Amino acid sequence: MRTPISYFLLVSALLFTIGTVGVLVRRNALIIFMSIELQLNAVNLALVAFSRQNGNLTGQVLAFFSMVVAAAEVVVGLAIIVSLYRKRRSADVDDASLLKG
Amino acid sequence: MNILAPFIPAIPLAGAAVLLLTGPRWRDRSAGWLASAAVAVAFGLAVTVFGTLVSRPVTLRLSHVSLFEWIGVGSFRVDIAFRVDPLSTVMALTVTGVGAMIHLYAVDYMRGDPRYARFFAYMNLFVFFMLVLVLADNYLLLYVGWEGVGLCSYLLIGFWFERKTAADAAKKAFVTTRIGDSALLIGLIFMWSRFGSLDFDRVLPHAHALANGTATVMAMLLFAGAVGKSAQLPLHVWLPDAMEGPTPVSALIHAATMVTAGVYLVVRSHQIFEASGVALTIVAVVGLVTAIYAGLSAIGQDDIKRMLAYSTISQLGFMFFGAGMGAYSAAIFLLVAHAFFKAVLFLGAGSVMHALPDEETDMTRMGGLRRAMPLTAVTWVVGWLAMAGIPPLSGFFAKDQVVAAASQAGRIGLWYAALFGALLTALYETRGTFLTFFGEPRHRGHPHDPPSLMRTALVSLAVGAALAGVLGLSATSGLLPKFLTPVVGPTKEAVAGPSELVLSIISVAVALVGILTAWLVYLSGRIDWMALRVRFASAKRTFQRGFYVNDFYSGAIVGPAKLAAAFVAYVVDRRVVDGTLTGIGRLVSSSAGAARRAQTGLVRTYAVGILLGATAVLGYLVVRS
Amino acid sequence: MADWYAFWLIAPISILSAGAMVLARNAVHAALLLIVNFFTLAVFFLILGSSFLFVVQIIVYAGAIMVLFLFVIMLLGVDRPVPLTERIRGQRWIATVLGLALVLEIGLAVRLGLGLSTGKVPDFSRVNAGGNVRALARVLFNSYFFPFEVTSILLTVAAIGAMLHGRRNIAEEETVDTAVGETAT
Repeated sequence: MRTPISYFLLVSALLFTIGTVGVLVRRNALIIFMSIELQLNAVNLALVAFSRQNGNLTGQVLAFFSMVVAAAEVVVGLAIIVSLYRKRRSADVDDASLLKG
Repeated sequence: MNILAPFIPAIPLAGAAVLLLTGPRWRDRSAGWLASAAVAVAFGLAVTVFGTLVSRPVTLRLSHVSLFEWIGVGSFRVDIAFRVDPLSTVMALTVTGVGAMIHLYAVDYMRGDPRYARFFAYMNLFVFFMLVLVLADNYLLLYVGWEGVGLCSYLLIGFWFERKTAADAAKKAFVTTRIGDSALLIGLIFMWSRFGSLDFDRVLPHAHALANGTATVMAMLLFAGAVGKSAQLPLHVWLPDAMEGPTPVSALIHAATMVTAGVYLVVRSHQIFEASGVALTIVAVVGLVTAIYAGLSAIGQDDIKRMLAYSTISQLGFMFFGAGMGAYSAAIFLLVAHAFFKAVLFLGAGSVMHALPDEETDMTRMGGLRRAMPLTAVTWVVGWLAMAGIPPLSGFFAKDQVVAAASQAGRIGLWYAALFGALLTALYETRGTFLTFFGEPRHRGHPHDPPSLMRTALVSLAVGAALAGVLGLSATSGLLPKFLTPVVGPTKEAVAGPSELVLSIISVAVALVGILTAWLVYLSGRIDWMALRVRFASAKRTFQRGFYVNDFYSGAIVGPAKLAAAFVAYVVDRRVVDGTLTGIGRLVSSSAGAARRAQTGLVRTYAVGILLGATAVLGYLVVRS
Repeated sequence: MADWYAFWLIAPISILSAGAMVLARNAVHAALLLIVNFFTLAVFFLILGSSFLFVVQIIVYAGAIMVLFLFVIMLLGVDRPVPLTERIRGQRWIATVLGLALVLEIGLAVRLGLGLSTGKVPDFSRVNAGGNVRALARVLFNSYFFPFEVTSILLTVAAIGAMLHGRRNIAEEETVDTAVGETAT
């Protein structure tokens, strides 16, 4: 293995940032949600890379748990999006601004 | 039987409580009867206590009745405790005796008043506080009574508060006496800091050990309280105005009892005054100046009640003069005698007002009333002669002893001044008598003597005024001086001047000169006194207005105080205080309005906030490491 | 040497697919691009010596989760292209600036922590002795058994929550029914 671990971390950083920007600039709730998934996966990549760097499997276990939680999160999140869409006939998050001061 | 002492004030208190709580349910005059009975029972108890006191040997004539500990803070302890000794008993007898008669008089006098029961409730409350004042065994309880009578005075002066003059007079009395009361309170605190106690027994016997200056300060603070309460110069201005109250109030509170509290305080605290070299002299001078000032002012009054008010001020001045001369028993004697004859005069004035249409008080519209109101006139004449100092009436003995004290102490200047004061007394009182009851009738309506109850009270008090002299036929061996000896010490032996008999003759002569002068001017018909009034109009007005002291206060103190109050109310309060508060409110409101815009309700804006925070924290960590 | 080529082959695909996903106007396209991205991540996991996560990534993420996404997209009928106009003023600028700052900071952090081109990596074959799955299972079921069990509760709660969210408002309909019935009587 010749590839430096830092390269993976930089890729992870780029993916995470792309996901973040996606959350900030997109209005469609589903695409925002996908961006969040992208962020989670970028973090998973970083965890696995750390695991490799440290020479133990704890990072991988953590990534595994992260996937489990992500699965649960996706289920609930999609359910929320569905009920939001039912209520407002729109998947645009800017339409849900009841908390406006 | 001294265990009865606490009941003396307790019964009027119970009467006041019952009347206050169940006021309007008392039909007709029953409330007045109840109040009178309460005071009469208190008088009976006082007589019983007095009897037991007299039956004991002279050295044992003192007992304390402590009800409970009122304040206990560290070493400072004040009890609700009453003191039975000759001085407090004499005061209690005077208050309840004269008070009962005046209550009886008021039963008819106040008939038909819409707040009849409340009037008697206040009267009973006043008697309660006055008895607390004179029976208290420590200065703090005395102060409670002191403030309590001030409160009742306020309530009763302003009893007809629908009249603005009455409400204003009540306020004026309260505020003016408050100046003295504050000084008294400071004096008590000062006393506590020196003695660690306010009990008479722990303060007075040790007073002689005080440093001269300390004693002077303490005595002057106490005296300032007395000056306020007893309407001496320069705090006398409230008393003439206090005549806005019902006449029985003027008789009881502003002549017979409350205003004499200052004299009582000075006599009770005489050890402190003696410890200071100058305090007693100041007391004497203030009293004498007040007596002469008020005497001159009284000559100028046309209003019968104001004339009596100024005469009260002048008589109180004589009492202070006597106390200042060290003739304490003479001062108390004059106090007792004055309570009787001044009560007679006030109640007589009340009867006259009662009989004339529209509550007439102007003496220039009276005259010749002796034919229409013979009984009132007779009782008034007794009071007049007693006050002028004609033997064998009480006033003669009392005032004679006070005036003589100056001569016997060797202070001839003061003695002459006091004689001049006595002359003025005879003059203004005779003037009032002649204008009211003698000469040609100038009144309207058909006056007649008051109903029987009022007559009873008048006659009883007149008898008292006539006979009270037997209490002190001699300054040294009289009943009252001897009875008071355990408290105030024996009457000082004369060190100079003529004998007591010669002094008495001089006193009578002076009184007769005053009466004759007044007769010449007002009754003999040789002088047109109405023309004199016009000719000496400016002097007359000066006297009538009390040498413009009141006007001076209005201009120099009340006016600026009102201006300052207006400044505080309309500038400081409205602009600064309110402005600050509304400013804070507006600031919060406007900044909240601005901050409100941050809450867009858009989730993505909030996400920007999260990212901003995350980058900031991460940036800080990176830069730091 | 193979991993070197593999990395440089996969990494651009990964970044580009992610970028395209964020910029896609059509939700279906975004989902498909995300699946591509998940596949590249799976390859990364393989390179980093985690064959188990490689498989799980493909099955769970690229398979199950993305199918769920597509299912919802179809259910809601939002598979039409949407305009990418921005209504919040300055949102894009701020997002870009903050994104760049984040990348820069993480890059700095990596440089401070690991160094950017350190080739020294510990030997992983000893850790993965007997296969990655077996080694991972040993760690998971020894050290992390309790959290593993707790995840079952999490999944149950998520399932119930999703069910409650997803159902039509039965209670509301019942109220309406009752109200109608009462009016009838």
